Amino acid sequence: MAEEVKVMGMWISPFSRRVELALKLKGVSYEYIEEDLANKSPLLLKYNPIHKKIPVLLHNEKIFIESTVILEYIDETWEGYSLLPEDPYQRAMARFWVKFIDEKCGTAVWIACWSEGKDQEKAMEEAWEHLRTLENELKGKKFFGGETIGLVDIAANLIALWFGIFEEVAGIKLLDEEKLPILCRWIEQFLSCDLVKESLPPRDELLMFFQARKEAITASKSMVYKI
Amino acid sequence: MADEVVLLNAWVSPFGSRVRIALDEKSVEYQYREENLQDKSPLLLQMNPIHKKIPVLIHNGKPICESLAIVQYIDETWKDDKAPPLLPSDPYQRAQARFWADYIDKKVFSSVMGILRSPKGEEQEKAKKEFIEALKVLEEELGDKPYFGGDNFGFLDLSFVAFYSWFYSMETLVHFDIEAECPKLIEWGKRCMEKKESVAKSLPDSLKIYDFALQMRKKLGVD
Repeated sequence: MAEEVKVMGMWISPFSRRVELALKLKGVSYEYIEEDLANKSPLLLKYNPIHKKIPVLLHNEKIFIESTVILEYIDETWEGYSLLPEDPYQRAMARFWVKFIDEKCGTAVWIACWSEGKDQEKAMEEAWEHLRTLENELKGKKFFGGETIGLVDIAANLIALWFGIFEEVAGIKLLDEEKLPILCRWIEQFLSCDLVKESLPPRDELLMFFQARKEAITASKSMVYKI
Repeated sequence: MADEVVLLNAWVSPFGSRVRIALDEKSVEYQYREENLQDKSPLLLQMNPIHKKIPVLIHNGKPICESLAIVQYIDETWKDDKAPPLLPSDPYQRAQARFWADYIDKKVFSSVMGILRSPKGEEQEKAKKEFIEALKVLEEELGDKPYFGGDNFGFLDLSFVAFYSWFYSMETLVHFDIEAECPKLIEWGKRCMEKKESVAKSLPDSLKIYDFALQMRKKLGVD
């Protein structure tokens, strides 16, 4: 029976891009459906009526939402490339760092980029603290997953591309090579992988997207799709 | 070599309750250490230097943090006849369980904290609305099943039931009746308390939680 794999995502979303990277690493073919979160489609409302978010993974008519949950499902369902290690302790560590990236790094960097004055200074300090903590995890390793890209690396796509975009739009510098040499080196390694390149949007287009929404995002402190 | 298992916890924590239930379900013997969160022990600071939070499970000297990561670790480490699986075996069901556990962390916990920490007024009302909405969504997910896991108590049940002992405090602080809004959830909570020894043993007393809640509100100056 032919497998039906579909991904509903948005080209600017690091979260749906994570799902795409994971599927590519596993060598799984999928149909991509672009969703415009400024104008939610009937299809999205059908597949994710409660939360109305992307990414959505459809696998043989079963629906999966929440990028980190989808990544674990992908790892369990398709053999071959492993996204998570076998050892339970290493797996627990990977889950810890994925949560840290989204909840601590993601939140701190978002606030730092879209606030001003003293608030921004304070948020930048917090962001650096979290990024330095994360960087420690990379010591002696090529990737968070060791020799190859793993779950944590995939989740850190947010850092590799989006953080750089946000800071450029905001006019601040967080990913400083002097302050975060190991993390910056990881970013370079990560972005040089072919499958990663294939799974990311063009940088200049992503930059334009966020630049056009800078004022609106700064005013609301939350993501703005409609301009 | 005998396993050395230590749990650093604070009795009020629903996250800690999750871990206690999981350890009990798996019949794992462990040493319990109560932490004073106003005066954290050197062990806690050493084992969770990043967040300095409980619960922390220390297994043969190695710390594991974040309650859902700990519960999955417990499920993956202790697997034998004495230790029924906590997560479903089917990958789709597993994904569902993980999704809803994450939802509980994001929506239930944040609204509980909102109710707890806000003075009476708009902010608290907003948190109350969020809390009720989250409960309704979860009740819909439960449906007519005896447990979130279906016929058997599982990962999602233990992730959520940890908050059951906080229900009384929430109802009393913001004046509403959870049973009226979500009767199935209350039935489910009672079922877990009656049928699962691990739950009855691991959940703190609702009235003690309420005392704690009042003390906390006094300390924060919101009452």
